[in-house]
Amino acid sequence: MRGWLSLLAIGLLLAAADSNAIEEQPKLSGLEFVSPETRSLQADDASNPGMLWVLRGEQLWQEPAGRSQASCASCHGEARQSMRGVALRYPAFDAGAGQPIDLKGRINRCRTDNQDAPALEHESEELLALTTYVAHQSRGMSVPPVEDERLRSVIEQGESLFRERIGQLDLSCAACHDDRWGQRLGSSPIPQAHPTAYPLYRLEWQTVGSLQRRLRNCMIGVRAEPFAYGSPEFIALELYLMQRAEGLPVETPGVRP
Amino acid sequence: MADHELEPRLQSMPLLNRRELMAGAAGLVLVSVARPAQARPALAEALRAFSGGAEIRPGKVTFEIPPLVENGNAVGVTITVDRPMSASDHVRRIAMFNEKNPQADVAVFQLGPRAGRAKVQTRIRLADSQMVVAVAELSDGSFWSSEAKVFVTLAACVEDLS
Amino acid sequence: MTRTMISAPETARAGDVVEIKAMIAHPMETGYRVDATGKPIPRNIINRFECTYDGEVVFAADLHPAISANPFIAFSTIATRSGPISFTWTDDEGKTETASVEIQVE
Ligand code: HEC
Ligand code: HEC
Repeated sequence: MRGWLSLLAIGLLLAAADSNAIEEQPKLSGLEFVSPETRSLQADDASNPGMLWVLRGEQLWQEPAGRSQASCASCHGEARQSMRGVALRYPAFDAGAGQPIDLKGRINRCRTDNQDAPALEHESEELLALTTYVAHQSRGMSVPPVEDERLRSVIEQGESLFRERIGQLDLSCAACHDDRWGQRLGSSPIPQAHPTAYPLYRLEWQTVGSLQRRLRNCMIGVRAEPFAYGSPEFIALELYLMQRAEGLPVETPGVRP
Repeated sequence: MADHELEPRLQSMPLLNRRELMAGAAGLVLVSVARPAQARPALAEALRAFSGGAEIRPGKVTFEIPPLVENGNAVGVTITVDRPMSASDHVRRIAMFNEKNPQADVAVFQLGPRAGRAKVQTRIRLADSQMVVAVAELSDGSFWSSEAKVFVTLAACVEDLS
Repeated sequence: MTRTMISAPETARAGDVVEIKAMIAHPMETGYRVDATGKPIPRNIINRFECTYDGEVVFAADLHPAISANPFIAFSTIATRSGPISFTWTDDEGKTETASVEIQVE
């Protein structure tokens, strides 16, 4: 039912997979696959609804929180300077925990450890607003190569998750996003799956959501049980997608259908 | 994901359920239909309520709306009315109506000579492919309209509400 | 927790037609949806928007559930004199949000 299955029925996705690795092809932001209307929505800050979350993040950045009554600004000062380029490095290796952590996780770590405040829920408006605000400080900057050797094995894990067939439809992420980008699934063009515009405003959600929410949508689309928010699998996938997007600029807050 | 978990979600999103899958709809153009009176009763009633029964004539109103949209949750519209916006000749109100949402009314904008220009822009929800109508009330009491047909395509991956 | 965004020129010449864009964070809950347990979600939309400038409401809108979440409205007004351009949004619960920008008119 709903798009994907009917498509399978007409056999488009059953065509033999050719193995065009994405590295040999131009890297294109998901923005290249959306309608001109959606593109201009993202391009004009005064009409991009994602900017409402940037604004909220800016307010939260200044607000004292937790038992410390410290605000993000009391330690980090002007986000424009201190957070510039930070999103490009995430997910990063968290030496303290001995494992990778994504930007949302890092912000929540500051909430609990530095502000002495309860952690924020994964898709809570506050955490999305702060993450959008911090990521927005890197808008226009290109994703650099991942250099931290401690992340190698995580990237590999992410890549194998990307290539693994999952769900009742028995499809891998790669089957759509490496092998069939630019083709259509129902009426939707299949993008290359770059994580560089997140958190973003999805018209379908009518709100801003995280990259993990987007990945859950794709997993549910192939009828797979989605990973839990914040799970190591999602962080590995996020990291793999990030290094795969090397060279693309950050767009946060993006807009997608 | 099992069907019994997926179904309640889909039912809880009426906007999604009714969308038509318009594969290959490229090439469709804006259609202008000059007879709002032929629309189904709810729309005709809403139009009549707005004009107070006065005749609504086609013309003077330009309705910009994409003929094919990727997602019916936010469809950008621009309505322009060809009037000078002077004290003696201006647009008083611009209203928008639709054919197939649960309610025919979309919005009514109140303008006046101080607007300078008879142009408004907003984003609307369309539950399905359908006709949308814009009507302007001028300072001389006349009503003018323009219609457009919009095709709404189906989103590829939706989600549970969790 | 209000989040509104206004885009308007800071300066203008008297008589200029200035473009104003106004956006507010609001779910525009239609009243036609049910939650995960099947319970109807009550309608709550911004039903009224007004822009006041130089002593008068220069633009207003009555909105229905067919207006998208996080409503966006763009319109114009003639620059008359320096001062605030004020905006109010009212929702079904009677809550009113306000915003204001200053315009310098030469
Ligand atoms: C059956 C094809 C298919 C599969 C399999 C699939 N996706 Fe997607 N994916 C899509 C489509 C189609 C879109 C975007 C269009 C839409 O849904 O509106 C998308 C969007 C995305 C995006 C958003 C890109 C942007 O620009 O915002 C990401 C990231 C993504 N997918 C990652 C994944 C990952 C990771 C997997 C595996 C867990 C996966 N996808 C599996 C079809 C697929
Ligand atoms: C009490 C001081 C303090 C407060 C309050 C605080 N932080 Fe931090 N933050 C730190 C320190 C210390 C680091 C670690 C710097 C390092 O590891 O090099 C850090 C690191 C970070 C990083 C990672 C930076 C990087 O370069 O990788 C982000 C993002 C961040 N904080 C965001 C926030 C946000 C958002 C808030 C408010 C919700 C916040 N912080 C509140 C002290 C604080």
